[in-house]
Amino acid sequence: MRMTWIIAKRDLGSFFNSPIFYVVTTVFLIIYSFMFFNILNFFSFQSFQARQLQAMGMNLNLNEMVIEPSLQNMSVILLMIIPIITMRSFADEKKMKTFRLLLSSPVHLREIILGKFLACMIVVAVMILISSYSVGFLFLLGEPEPGPVVTGYLGVLLMAGCFVSVGIFASSLTDNQIVAAVLTFGFSLFMWVIGWGAQAAGSTTGQVLQYLSIVDHLDRFLKGLVDTSDLVYYLSFILFSLFLCHRVLDSNRWR
Amino acid sequence: MIEVENLTKHYGPRKAINNLTFQVAQGEVVGFLGPNGAGKSTTMNILSCILPASSGTARIRGYDIFEHSLEIRKIIGYLPENPPLYPDMSVRDYLMFAAKIRRMTGKQTGTAVERVIENCSLKDVGHRIIGRLSKGYQQRVGLAQALVHDPDILILDEPTIGLDPIQIIEIRKLIQELAASHTIILSSHILPEIAQICQRVIIINEGEIAAVDSLEGLTASLRKSDRLSLTIRNDGNKVEEKLNSLKQVLSVLPGEKNQFLLECELNSNLQDEIARLALENQWGLVEIKPLSLTLEDVFLKLTIEEKDVKA
Repeated sequence: MRMTWIIAKRDLGSFFNSPIFYVVTTVFLIIYSFMFFNILNFFSFQSFQARQLQAMGMNLNLNEMVIEPSLQNMSVILLMIIPIITMRSFADEKKMKTFRLLLSSPVHLREIILGKFLACMIVVAVMILISSYSVGFLFLLGEPEPGPVVTGYLGVLLMAGCFVSVGIFASSLTDNQIVAAVLTFGFSLFMWVIGWGAQAAGSTTGQVLQYLSIVDHLDRFLKGLVDTSDLVYYLSFILFSLFLCHRVLDSNRWR
Repeated sequence: MIEVENLTKHYGPRKAINNLTFQVAQGEVVGFLGPNGAGKSTTMNILSCILPASSGTARIRGYDIFEHSLEIRKIIGYLPENPPLYPDMSVRDYLMFAAKIRRMTGKQTGTAVERVIENCSLKDVGHRIIGRLSKGYQQRVGLAQALVHDPDILILDEPTIGLDPIQIIEIRKLIQELAASHTIILSSHILPEIAQICQRVIIINEGEIAAVDSLEGLTASLRKSDRLSLTIRNDGNKVEEKLNSLKQVLSVLPGEKNQFLLECELNSNLQDEIARLALENQWGLVEIKPLSLTLEDVFLKLTIEEKDVKA
């Protein structure tokens, strides 16, 4: 565990030393904030109308109408931005030949992989944390339910974990960062839309496809529901990707 | 200390190394010599547990490189051909990281890093970013990285490549100092360097061991003839012919500017005879010089003869 942290810390250092982190975070915050305030604006417009037409007032809910769509938007931005965060993990080490330092040191491969995963997750968590000023803002002005907010963020974090694990895996396949990023984005997007095939497929296959879809599980988290099946899905997704990464790096040594 | 047995490595159908067997005793300094692509780096990569062998085994201090690679990685320091440096880190941070992933703890780390910074003369650049250092300094940081956890065994792949002559001398001195307390395997293209530092030489050619011996042993075993160089002033005629008439002369090779290279039988001491010939024929003797076989010749001879056999 100590080795994992040492490796993660080095990676974090190189994130915070490079412009990539700052550029990505800025872009993320600008897009997210723009979307958030648009949603908020729409919500206040609706509330204004609701005050005049009393009957509509029943359906106005800050959680459902602002936080939920905002977190959904955030997950779309993350889908596009996480490949850029994870692409360096192994590709850069291989290209710069620094991977040999890690390989010739008394460190297990799993410690290296977990270290890289942890570093990327911390970066993503920092980005999400900064963006959560928006929800803090809502707590200042209104009274949203805290429960669904907490589970919503947990869900987003778990989904980000899936993207990161795919990214780490893709990065282990190549020494080219661009290739790693494109693979990550492509595969994540595919896992996102795989549920669309559900209707065309038969009922059993359809259910399987629906279950495999990465966003489908997020919806329940956003509604405040922590379902074991969703947790199992996300955690096994992450573990499986990291396991594949381990196999790839291990077999690289054998070739 | 290091026992290598029938080590073989394929890259696809190509055999990078084939049936290498050699031993290195504790405290020994062994030089790996061979042309590019001979399998030096591959062997070193296998010994430092980065690459697995296709077949054969190697044991370091009784640990098998496959079974107990983690134990081995604790006691070796490895400097690959391209030093594994993170260009965005400062020298000190990088060495701290290198020490920590070698499982050094707390106070040890700090003192170890200061020690290698001192030993590798990195004091002036400790705070600088590695990517902005000259190649020479980078090479030294790479060497420092291999030394930081004070390993018993050092595997250095061309440690002086890219350095200027003064730095080369410094690094050689450092390696010689280290040789007192470490077992060292090093590879190099620079033959005098091997001659200076190493007690034993392993010459590898096309993935196979061409020779293992001490330096003296190698030169002696390959000396099938004595060689003399003769320089004269006058462009005398029939010089070659007359030299050839001497019984013990095997061949005469005219060099540039009235210079001749003679191969004679072992221990024939022909200097007197040649001098007499020169006087008689008024060649204007300038110099007669015995030529010893340098490591360079040994190297060329071994690797080229090997090829001849195969062709």
